Amino acid sequence: MTSDVDLSRRHFLIVATTVTGTVGAVLATVPFISSWKPSARAQAVGAPVEVDISKIDPGSMVAIKWRGKAVWVLHRTPQMLATLGKIEDQLRDPFSNEPQQPAYAANEQRSIRSEFLVLVGVCTHLGCVPLEKFQPGDPEVGADWLGGFFCPCHGSKFDLSGRVYKGVPAPTNLVVPPHRYVGDATVLIGNDSGVTG
Amino acid sequence: MIKGRLIGVIVLGALVLSSPAFAAGSGGAKMEPANNVLGNVRSLQRGARNFVNYCMGCHSAKYVRYNRLADDLQLSEQQVTDNLMFVGEKLLDTMDIAMDPLDAGRWFGQVPPDLSLIARAKGTDYVFNYLKGFYLDPDRRNGTDNLFLPGASMPHVLWELQGLQKPVYEAIIDPNGNVHKFMVGFEQATEGLLSPKEYDQFVRDLTNFLEYISEPVKLERQKLGVRVLLFLLLFFLFSYLLKREYWKDIK
Amino acid sequence: MKSERTPALERVTERMHALLIWIDARFPLSKMWREHVSEYYAPKNFNFWYYFGSLAMLVLVLQIITGIFLTMSYKPSAAEAFASVEYIMRDVNWGWLIRYMHSTGASAIFIVVYLHMFRAVLYGSYKKPRELLWLFGMLIYVALMAEAFFGYLLPWGQMSYWGAQVIVSLFGAIPFGIGEALVEWVRGDYFISDITLNRFFALHVIAVPFALVFLVIAHILALHEVGSNNPDGIEIKENKDADGIPRDGIPFHPYYTVKDIMGVAVFLALFSAVVFFAPEMGGYFLEHANFEPANSLKTPEHIAPVWYFTPFYAILRAVPDKLMGVLMMGAAIVMLFILPWLDRSPVRSIRYRGWICKLAVTLFAISFLALGYLGLQPVSATFTLAARVFTAIYFMFFLLMPFYTRWDRTKPVPDRVTFHD
Repeated sequence: MTSDVDLSRRHFLIVATTVTGTVGAVLATVPFISSWKPSARAQAVGAPVEVDISKIDPGSMVAIKWRGKAVWVLHRTPQMLATLGKIEDQLRDPFSNEPQQPAYAANEQRSIRSEFLVLVGVCTHLGCVPLEKFQPGDPEVGADWLGGFFCPCHGSKFDLSGRVYKGVPAPTNLVVPPHRYVGDATVLIGNDSGVTG
Repeated sequence: MIKGRLIGVIVLGALVLSSPAFAAGSGGAKMEPANNVLGNVRSLQRGARNFVNYCMGCHSAKYVRYNRLADDLQLSEQQVTDNLMFVGEKLLDTMDIAMDPLDAGRWFGQVPPDLSLIARAKGTDYVFNYLKGFYLDPDRRNGTDNLFLPGASMPHVLWELQGLQKPVYEAIIDPNGNVHKFMVGFEQATEGLLSPKEYDQFVRDLTNFLEYISEPVKLERQKLGVRVLLFLLLFFLFSYLLKREYWKDIK
Repeated sequence: MKSERTPALERVTERMHALLIWIDARFPLSKMWREHVSEYYAPKNFNFWYYFGSLAMLVLVLQIITGIFLTMSYKPSAAEAFASVEYIMRDVNWGWLIRYMHSTGASAIFIVVYLHMFRAVLYGSYKKPRELLWLFGMLIYVALMAEAFFGYLLPWGQMSYWGAQVIVSLFGAIPFGIGEALVEWVRGDYFISDITLNRFFALHVIAVPFALVFLVIAHILALHEVGSNNPDGIEIKENKDADGIPRDGIPFHPYYTVKDIMGVAVFLALFSAVVFFAPEMGGYFLEHANFEPANSLKTPEHIAPVWYFTPFYAILRAVPDKLMGVLMMGAAIVMLFILPWLDRSPVRSIRYRGWICKLAVTLFAISFLALGYLGLQPVSATFTLAARVFTAIYFMFFLLMPFYTRWDRTKPVPDRVTFHD
């Protein structure tokens, strides 16, 4: 080997080649990592779902499927809404401080329009589907029950805004999914563009 | 000597690659080039309209999603919904149709194939010529045959636009006195709503659209390819200089 | 390169060094590095033909990585396979690129491997003591052909289906009822079906790749045991200096790492040009008929295997009898296996052989390319005649080799390699 090796030139070229090669290698990983993002088909299958709310009687609830989960739309009566202010001290998170809902649902009714409640019907404890228990004083739940949701798996209780009671296994309020109203008769589950909190 | 061998390999390779990849239309007839321009968005929009209005009664394009059409053809969601969707499909759906394949088999003899990939399977020139190649044939159930797919089960769906063509034959008498008829072209028998030039454009737009749906990402991939090659050129330059620098050591 | 070293950099370097010592006490990492890279002495006169070994390894790695990602979205059932490929091409983010890399890689690996094998023919790299190296290489070649054959069924297009139909039914030519039973056993069904597809999937994704990786490791170990050949066919280990280093040898690292990286850059540029601008390559890399879903009731006009199988397909078709055709096709590959023992020349490299050997190699190369071209064409009288002529030349290259390699007048082989700056 020779003694007059230009070390600084070698150093520069090693660095230049290595840096370019590394940049190329990193860029080359982008398509592979990106391929794991939900595909167009997944997005189509998980697309927002329209629900016709004009057919839901006051006091009734419909359940639809969105992204593999049960989503409820409950048409609350004035009596149901009146119960919401009475039980704050019995609730774990009455003012929706935990991030279980979009900003526009961080209120007492946890909704955009007070008479319609939209919830993901999955108990925040271990994922069972809670039962509707809208009758006050329902014998299965208790004499001072004002109405809400009761999870049969481990006994968690939620009020008529989906807020979780104290002293039950579930740690947080039921999730409110992103949603918005399209005209008067339709709610679109899974899309909330244009809704301000 | 090794270089010579290498040149020989390249020449043979070029010969192989130059042999026509798409056989001339079955029927052996000569095809004129489609001359569609994939980057012409207006043409693609017209082609999409043509496809939905004239073809989708029988042919699905089941691998194509409407929302992607909207993006690539620079159409708003409203435009797609209003002009390309007629039976309550949603924007994220694929271009499926309601025709039952069993029914289709009974009605036409063949199930009208899905057209998502027809341009890749048969070539854009074939598609273009096929759509222009229907002619009157009273012996057939449809009343027509196609120069580029003899015995085609498809009726001439576009007959109102193109009008109807009659085949023109030339007769050759061989030494034995037998007469052989050869089809040498077409003659307009009835006028269509479109002039021949307009019909050509209609079919060209439709062909363009079919080429687009056969590979929606084509133009994007070519654009990305330029950047990739430029990057690799840079990488090659550095690696070449690095190699040459180190190999100065070797005597 | 002692530029300014901050105390922080010094600490990191010390920690890395300590880690290396810890590993080396438990795993031969530095030892392997020295033995196989930094102190593996390769001849300094490697030329153009010597890029293709490392490139073959690169393409294999590429195929495995792209293959893994394709398997994440592909559905190996007759009902869903074709649609799942279109799903990858259209709906999966960047799926189209992964697919094109895999399809281009399949053709690229054969181009690279054929050039790699031809180098061995030119320079006698299969001759003693490298016969086992050559045999491992041949096993890799056969495994590659199997891998490509199984993989080609997976898209479940017209050519996939009918290509598999034709090739699998070739085994039916074996007489005494063995053939028919064998064909049914390979298919797992009475026709090429969903069952066949599923098992070809398992072979393509798991079984053959494992075999390939094992064979490649064996191939490289065998190479490093005897050392690389070179364009002059000179054994560099026969001429060592006082320190035991071959005088015509240079350490693989940094000289050949740096050269192979340059080779990789050129290869990736050619590869990318195809992937981004011509992935179908005129219908030779992605065949047009395969864009139609498999239809067992409709045979395509023109069934041909993919281009890299066509030399052997031409030989098969050249023989009028089905069983003899299959046997000749097999014999064409067996010839390659026994090559080290057919070659009786005292000299390795074509550089020091005479005109007979040079003519023979030239005719062999021409016949292989011609057979490849003929295998792609539809059957005709002229083409069949040509295929027979070139098949004869192909076999004569091997069968006459024990004779002409001995008759050939060789030139004196120098002691030192020819190397030009």
